[in-house]
Amino acid sequence: MRRFDNTGGMSRRSFLRSSTAAAGGLLVALYVERSAVAAGTAAAPAFPPSAFVTIGADGRIVIMVNRIEVGQGIHTSLPMILADELDADWAAVTAEIAPVADVYKDPILGMQMVAGSTATANSYRQYRELGAKTRAMLVATAAERWRVGADRCRTENSVVYGPSGRSARYGELAADAARRPIPEKVRLKEPGELRIIGKRVRRLDGRAKVDGSQKFGLDLDLPGMKTALVARPPLFGGGVKSFDDKAARAVAGVRDIFQVPLTYGGSGVVVVADGFWPAKQARDRLKIEWDLAGVERADTAALLASYKDKARRTATVAAAIGDAGAIDKLGADRTIVAEYEFPYLAHAPMEPLNTIIRYDRDRAEVWMASMSGTADHLAIAQVLGLPPAKVTCHLLFGGGGFGRRGPLDCHLAREAAAVAKQLPGTAVKLVWTREDDIRGGYYRPMFVHRVQVGIGADGKPAAWKHVIVGQSFMKDSGLPFEPYLVKDGIDHLVVEGTVNHPYTIPNFHLSADHTKVNVPVLSWRSIGHTHNSFVVETMIDELAARAKVDPIEYRLRLLRPEEKRLISSMKLLRDKTAAWRSSLPVGRALGVACGTYYGSGIACAVDVSIENGRPRIHRATAALDCGVAVNPMTIEAQVHSGFVFGLSQLVAGGAITLADGVVEQRNFDRFTPPYMADAPVEIDVHLVPSTEAPTGMGETPVPVISPAVANALAALTGKRYRTLPITKL
Amino acid sequence: MKDFQLEVNGERRTVTVDPSTPLLWVLRDGLKMTGTKYGCGIGACGACTVHLDGVATRSCLVPVSLVGARRVVTIEGIARDAVGAAVQDAWVETDVVQCGYCQSGQIMTAVALLKSKPDPSDGEVEQSMGGTLCRCGTYARIRVAVRRASSRAK
Ligand code: FES
Ligand code: FES
Repeated sequence: MRRFDNTGGMSRRSFLRSSTAAAGGLLVALYVERSAVAAGTAAAPAFPPSAFVTIGADGRIVIMVNRIEVGQGIHTSLPMILADELDADWAAVTAEIAPVADVYKDPILGMQMVAGSTATANSYRQYRELGAKTRAMLVATAAERWRVGADRCRTENSVVYGPSGRSARYGELAADAARRPIPEKVRLKEPGELRIIGKRVRRLDGRAKVDGSQKFGLDLDLPGMKTALVARPPLFGGGVKSFDDKAARAVAGVRDIFQVPLTYGGSGVVVVADGFWPAKQARDRLKIEWDLAGVERADTAALLASYKDKARRTATVAAAIGDAGAIDKLGADRTIVAEYEFPYLAHAPMEPLNTIIRYDRDRAEVWMASMSGTADHLAIAQVLGLPPAKVTCHLLFGGGGFGRRGPLDCHLAREAAAVAKQLPGTAVKLVWTREDDIRGGYYRPMFVHRVQVGIGADGKPAAWKHVIVGQSFMKDSGLPFEPYLVKDGIDHLVVEGTVNHPYTIPNFHLSADHTKVNVPVLSWRSIGHTHNSFVVETMIDELAARAKVDPIEYRLRLLRPEEKRLISSMKLLRDKTAAWRSSLPVGRALGVACGTYYGSGIACAVDVSIENGRPRIHRATAALDCGVAVNPMTIEAQVHSGFVFGLSQLVAGGAITLADGVVEQRNFDRFTPPYMADAPVEIDVHLVPSTEAPTGMGETPVPVISPAVANALAALTGKRYRTLPITKL
Repeated sequence: MKDFQLEVNGERRTVTVDPSTPLLWVLRDGLKMTGTKYGCGIGACGACTVHLDGVATRSCLVPVSLVGARRVVTIEGIARDAVGAAVQDAWVETDVVQCGYCQSGQIMTAVALLKSKPDPSDGEVEQSMGGTLCRCGTYARIRVAVRRASSRAK
């Protein structure tokens, strides 16, 4: 674990010391200004000099990654980008997750966070320039030694070659190179010169994750560390009236028990013990009287009825294109009216949530797999009453994230800080049991959609009227993102996927009713697209079926011409699935869906049958255009991952429900994400060749899979599936 | 609190814990062997899978008092077994892992399968691997990797 000075960033000297110790050599330090990567922005803030690359005398190259790895593969992709421009020997490259520091902020977002599938898109140019600048410094060093022009040198595999057979390994040059000024401008490679980008490269963290040596937050063991569990109120926002901890304190290994405020409101009782098991046993023995007076009791059955009612009325307008009355001019026989229901969903990353903080009165140290490092850092400093510069945050590998490790209100970080503050000098690991996680809120919100579609004489949608009812993440949240995402009373994250659907529909009217419910909600991988794309893509499929046109052809005829990446993806899908589509056995059906998300186009086709009353997905084919495919092996993995995650909302046990304010699911016994049998047996992924800058891939595959499967099921049974999860077929 | 003698990865270990403590937490908090993961604590996810006398077992469900003389093998010790090493290598070659958190359990389950059925059918793979949750959705590559390990171990 690297240690830092207290300036909030890493000073050049401290980095020199730490890297010398760690790598046994010197470093090539780079000072990257935001303006260098986000061309066109105003004057760059004065970041402390820092380093992304360390080259040891032994030639080993350590690349700092300014995003946490939660499975998405960024720990390999960003080093690949840098190493390519550096002309590094890939076998000598290792990666490290950067801590929270200004220099590691996302060059576009201005903060450290994992969100919106932005990592490769936003840091592609940044990491290329870092690599190119480091390479230029190494070349300049060699050229000076040899007294030749830098233009007479070339690089390959961590070696600089000069005229008359001279060569020098990067490790021999690194110490001198580190003393050179960092070049302002560098030439980046042309597409044909790239050697690592675009290759199928295996993950740098692959081995550590198969031999049990990879440490997650839950695995860290600091000297004297204690485990804390919080007994949380049965209703969101409920508080502690009184508690009896006599039996709990009798459990061997219990160190302390006290009340803590919860970020969402209300309070809980925290048990601090020597390990997880004593903490759990003690928590089970607490007798707590809760104060639940006046706390709203959300009930999903009641909410559903009220949402359906609201969906019959136009709410806040999100889009109004063409004639609002067009739909009424088409007769009932030319109109489809459909109501869709979507439940609350838990993220349930495999590694239960946890945060470690050691508070030492005048400073603090934090270990967390935070997807919003900058915000969590500031929140912890605020709770502890310390200047941010006195709080050092180490970022860790996360056992899955999907949005859950970056709650906008920073409640994971805040609650851990509130607990640690009571125990100065002791490292405290606040753990959420799986039950705490499943019952703990911060869900994908529940939604109802009501859609009326008028069909033109050509079988295409002539008019589309759509109302979305459900909670907003952002509206009235007071969060810094609110002004960017809430416009004219509409939270874009609620309507995305419908408001910007990819089809030509001349009359299109969308409104949304952002409800207020006492259930904390949070973005869930691919956010609004999860429900919006389900509605749009199943409805388009229904229209194609009514028009008796092949679902791929129908979409190709209807996609707006500017949807270039989606059209190229759809055409590739058509070609790549031609063989299996035409030879589907009896009892199996095709389902198709597509969309543009995070700048990437994706089209998906599935081959589905019904076995034991459940969809069996024999094959899923994806075709996509995400610009330059930095690591096709990772992109393929993200498609696998996104498809399985997207199926979470379709599998029978995939819903979170509340009765009289209480969450009805507790663990993976009743909230069941997809297991192997629910996932596609085979997945093939095809990429549209591209030299355009890369766009997002971490969330892109999520929205298309469940509508594709629902469309296949409709083809098999003749019924339309508009209520998720699908509990019976 | 009570003393328990365990044999873990071929070594004799003594722990002093409450007899109700699940083997999972004895391994993780007591013996500092954190390769075995906590995912649910109720036997529903498989992240905590270890071998007890060669049988894949969910360690969150086994109180330390019931382990007895059975040999415990965890992810940290499985590479010493030829099948274990073959499975790990197949996993790396296939680039199975994503977040990696479930993978100790996946690997321990796959090793137990291949030791009892060196050449499992697709159905048998699904049957054996089907109860181990992977929230990252690495299932398709797991199928490939089991097959690869199977031909490797032969
Ligand atoms: S932790 Fe044991 S099965 Fe989930
Ligand atoms: S690899 Fe993340 S849960 Fe399986």
